Amino acid sequence: MSTNNNIAQARKLVEQLRIEAGIERIKVSKAAADLMSYCEQHARSDPLLVGVPTSENPFKDKKPCIIL
Amino acid sequence: MACQGLQKGETLASLKTESDGLKKKLEVERGKLNDVELHQVAEKTEVLGALSIKTRRVLKGHGAKVLCMDWCKDKRRLVSSSQVRTSTDLWTREHGVSLPCTWVMACAYAPSGCAVACGGLDNKCSVIPLSLDKDENLAAKKKSVAMHTNYVSGCTFTNSDMQMLTSSGDGTCALWDVESGQLLQSFHGHTADVLSLDLAPSETGNTFVSGGCDRKANVWDMRSGQNIQSFESHESDINCVKYYPSGDAFASASDDATCRFYDLRADREVAVYQKDSIVFGASTVDFSLSGRLLFAGYNDYTINAWDVLKGNRVSILFGHENRVSRVKLSPDGTAICSASWDNTLRIWA
Repeated sequence: MSTNNNIAQARKLVEQLRIEAGIERIKVSKAAADLMSYCEQHARSDPLLVGVPTSENPFKDKKPCIIL
Repeated sequence: MACQGLQKGETLASLKTESDGLKKKLEVERGKLNDVELHQVAEKTEVLGALSIKTRRVLKGHGAKVLCMDWCKDKRRLVSSSQVRTSTDLWTREHGVSLPCTWVMACAYAPSGCAVACGGLDNKCSVIPLSLDKDENLAAKKKSVAMHTNYVSGCTFTNSDMQMLTSSGDGTCALWDVESGQLLQSFHGHTADVLSLDLAPSETGNTFVSGGCDRKANVWDMRSGQNIQSFESHESDINCVKYYPSGDAFASASDDATCRFYDLRADREVAVYQKDSIVFGASTVDFSLSGRLLFAGYNDYTINAWDVLKGNRVSILFGHENRVSRVKLSPDGTAICSASWDNTLRIWA
């Protein structure tokens, strides 16, 4: 019966929302600080951010030496 | 009138009132912790200099739109798929091995590098073991693992070659045992096609995020099948979702021409990456190694690099001659590979 389906769906939604409403959250200021801290810690080893010398980057072509 | 399943005093109306009340409560709880914006906190971070990223390789060889690609952990091989075929390419040599898989919308390398998964309009996701023997009959070794009731939009191996996660146009995600093809867990909650999924970085535990045509991004517990968090702020289909490298956040790309950033512990959207001049849908995103840069591919043929913390665009990568369907960071973070409807892949570094 479609009434029972609607009820089942409605109850499922309520249960789902209860779970979501009940989770523990932290302040955005704390979350943001942690995100920034992660970026800072790993910035030096991020090749696309800092760039790596041509000799170390396998994707960059090494210029061929021309012997005259 | 038969009223099976109703608790005492419960009616459809009372359940609706309760769910509306809970939605309001969710908004209020999230709002209480929104004490500052991410870009404000990021004001003390240094501004990024210009990036020196350009095309280093163009891989041709697909005779049709390239829809998907994935890197092998060896950082040199790729698997890519188009409407016509799937192939593995050694980007250094630009020769490909064709795999017996057509109508592929999703492809992924197994962690061992010894197999590839591909799935799409056949509603299945299959696994093909790779062989160094060019004459090997790969079609015979192809094995169906996942069976959905609509197209497969995304697939990824979990931490080993033994389990695979898929997302589908049938509105569900599913976890499969590769060896037996058994369905281990299914994930219900999306109310329309699921277009993308991403596994949390292994240190953060057994969760994954999915995004779809219902404009929602859902975070799931892999073991229980439970939908633990849900985010609904995009104004159109979510085409791609990707975890931030720490696992505490994720980004999404949408047809509403924006990319957004959600923090899982604050349980809310913390940034929107948009510009008035960007009017075409974003189809794909990936982070750089440190998480500071977000690369996003768009239907206007460009890739934009965004400063994740400050929210501004740092660079535009031009080169593709049609929509960008996928961008993916190489495993060691030295390059980005992009796949496009212009039938090529590009490596940027």
